[in-house]
Amino acid sequence: MNLSRRDLLRGASALGLAAAMPGIAGAADAPKPGGVLTVHLPTEQRILNPALRASTGVYVITSKIIEALVDLGPDGRPVGVLASEWEATPDGRNVTFKLREGVKWHDGKPFTAADVQFTAMELWKKQLNYGTQLQQHLEAVDTPDPQTAIFRYARPMPLNLLLRALCDLGYIVPRHLYEGTNVLENPANTAPIGTGPFRFVQYERGQFVIAEKNPNYWRQNLPYLDRIVWRFITDKSAATAAVETGQVQISPYNGLSLADLDRLKSDPRFDVSTRGTEANAFNNTLEFNTRRKELSDVRVRRAIAHAIDVDFFIENFLYGQGKPATGPIPSSSTAFYPGGEPPYRFDRKKAEALLDEAGYKRGAGGQRFSLRLVPINNGEDVPLLATFIQQSLGQIGIKVEIVQLDIAGALTTVYRDWNFDIATGWHQYRGDPAVSTTVWYRSGSPKGAPWTNQWGWQSDAVDRLIDDAAAELDPVRRKGLYADWVRAVNDELPVWMVTERQFYDVTSKTVQNDHNIPRWGSSDWRDTWLKS
Amino acid sequence: MRILGLALRRLAASLPTLLIILVGLFLLLQLAPGDTVDALVAQIGGGDPAMIDELRRFYGLDASAAVQLGNYLWRLVRLDLGFSAIYGKPVATVIIERLPATLLLMSSSLALAFAAGMALGIVAAQRVNRWPDTLISTLGLIFYATPSFWFGLMGIVIFSIHLGWLPPGGFEEIGAGHAGLRRAVDIFWHLLLPTLTLALIFLATYLRIMRAAMLEVMTLDFVRTARAKGLAPTAITVRHVMRNALLPMITLVGLQAGTILGGSVVVESVFALPGLGRLAYESVVQRDLNTLLGIVFVSAVLVIVVNFLVDLAYARLDPRVGAG
Repeated sequence: MNLSRRDLLRGASALGLAAAMPGIAGAADAPKPGGVLTVHLPTEQRILNPALRASTGVYVITSKIIEALVDLGPDGRPVGVLASEWEATPDGRNVTFKLREGVKWHDGKPFTAADVQFTAMELWKKQLNYGTQLQQHLEAVDTPDPQTAIFRYARPMPLNLLLRALCDLGYIVPRHLYEGTNVLENPANTAPIGTGPFRFVQYERGQFVIAEKNPNYWRQNLPYLDRIVWRFITDKSAATAAVETGQVQISPYNGLSLADLDRLKSDPRFDVSTRGTEANAFNNTLEFNTRRKELSDVRVRRAIAHAIDVDFFIENFLYGQGKPATGPIPSSSTAFYPGGEPPYRFDRKKAEALLDEAGYKRGAGGQRFSLRLVPINNGEDVPLLATFIQQSLGQIGIKVEIVQLDIAGALTTVYRDWNFDIATGWHQYRGDPAVSTTVWYRSGSPKGAPWTNQWGWQSDAVDRLIDDAAAELDPVRRKGLYADWVRAVNDELPVWMVTERQFYDVTSKTVQNDHNIPRWGSSDWRDTWLKS
Repeated sequence: MRILGLALRRLAASLPTLLIILVGLFLLLQLAPGDTVDALVAQIGGGDPAMIDELRRFYGLDASAAVQLGNYLWRLVRLDLGFSAIYGKPVATVIIERLPATLLLMSSSLALAFAAGMALGIVAAQRVNRWPDTLISTLGLIFYATPSFWFGLMGIVIFSIHLGWLPPGGFEEIGAGHAGLRRAVDIFWHLLLPTLTLALIFLATYLRIMRAAMLEVMTLDFVRTARAKGLAPTAITVRHVMRNALLPMITLVGLQAGTILGGSVVVESVFALPGLGRLAYESVVQRDLNTLLGIVFVSAVLVIVVNFLVDLAYARLDPRVGAG
């Protein structure tokens, strides 16, 4: 439905067929060019270079200005943007990208393979978070002609991993602005020059970013919008007021409070939905420090999972915005999701029995042992879950003390000092398990690396599955390896994925052609328009 | 010339205080777990160890705390506030960008609070223990006891969402391209609610002080003399009582000058204003040491300057207070 509508609309507007096809024109209005779209952002990332900082907060702004080699299509499969076609050699070591012709940077210089080569070698491989990991075996990028870039890898690189990862980690910046400078200090990091449908205009720190229509965009007659304004509003109540008064038309990625999201769902002026955020799934997590004697016993870890009523938490604390997770790969990731049930359903009796069996009987006052819980505050639901865990575990005789820290403090305490027994925060899934998910389970991450396996837990079998899957070129076998891996980590439970959630976007109904691809908030919005 | 000498002496006396504040703050932030790279990585949602080490080297965080402090103080001697880690530009620029909004908001709300507090204080003192006094004092107490975020949000709900009279936030209409008078009017409408919200909080203090000072001065001998001379009540109030009752008010303004530059984290957040309060708050959360120290340094200097000006004002109002 989305595919046909999107394509037909573009076709209709470009070729003037709208009148000849009244059926379609009636189904959806013809796009109207013009207008200013204002977007709310709850945090300010300050760097506007997606080849240097991989984060949705950066993409929301820069993906309209700077383009990637590929993006996700409406069906969730990679489609070409700056790359028009690609091919991998059978050994998986060389990937050739054919680049689009006639593309120009906003300053008028032509876009060529040299830009791709420079960005890949100097930014993705050396600076970009998660990019350095993805491209660690990238040896060189050959540019036999200005429209061809050949990525040469020392080890086989699965094409489906590379393409999915490049939607987020594949943005190209102009070589002529970055070459010979300190990449981190380059002024273009806050005044970006790209090839995208919108040109950067102004960035006022703490207030807003403005981009305007690029009249020379390589896709003819696009974009429709005249301007996009992103406003930084940190207070969630103030942001809701801005949405309700029409000052902003879109608040993406859970920018408003859970209560307001729930309230606005029944407001006919807005669309509150997870549509178009399928590629950004996340989980509430419970991490175990298995250096702690009690937690080194898998029965205790399972008992804790059995003791927490996830359905109750989601219904009453999250306003139903989520579901119990079945493992570290979310159900929205159709290419890898192995299916299945939540591995540990709520059963307080079973939890008590497991703890008794492990040898931790209730002692004086009915208490078995006590744990220190560190919440890592990614969102407003994290302290809620921490309290819920505290109360749930209290009922099976485990006393929980919550340690309150801000996010920098909590990350240091958990990941560098290992000064915790259990922790809770978010796991964010980025399209392919190899990008940022398997590091939660793979051994060997250096001490201090956040959101990696710092649990004092290691399994040779799991390490092998992770390594094999990351180098497996056959997509079907790769999916099978990840299914085995999910089974193994659900069984061992060094980290428990408690919930599976998607971000909610609030969109004014005046916005058209919105949320038509799985990572829409981080896409180029070239065909978005405003109904007056 | 005497004023210049006094200014220099004041400055010399405040230098040790300034040093203690800066060093103390530096050490305090060292005690907080995590540094600016941790905060940065938290914000971008993670990264790998090689990139994190590289960033720590780039921001000079691999050096020991003593070396970092030494470097900072040495830069300060040369009037260099350093480079902001999270904004990627000099701290001085970052602060100057935020100054206009902060100064406008804080000085207008302080001026409003001062004027309204003075007027209401006089009315209350003249009708002491009668219904106008009770009403004014009770209202003042209610304003003082109510959190400013609640006032702000209620103001938004009523005047922006329900009535649609005022914009719910921001400093001006973005990208409207207004200039000159249009722009001033636009900014006025945007700042009306936040200014009122902040002024209501300050108002209570000024009102109470003014009322108490008026009551005290009214019992003094020279007021009785003035009355005995047959002066009109208004003339007594304005020329004799008010002028003397203003001294404690001026003192309070001097004390609150520090909060002017500090801004108001709450009001700035509720109304999405780009002020120094939010900047300072975000600097703590982001562990951006240079920016935070820079704000403290600038605020401290401003407090010193304002207090000096307050001393001069004293001398104007009450010739008995010499400038020596």
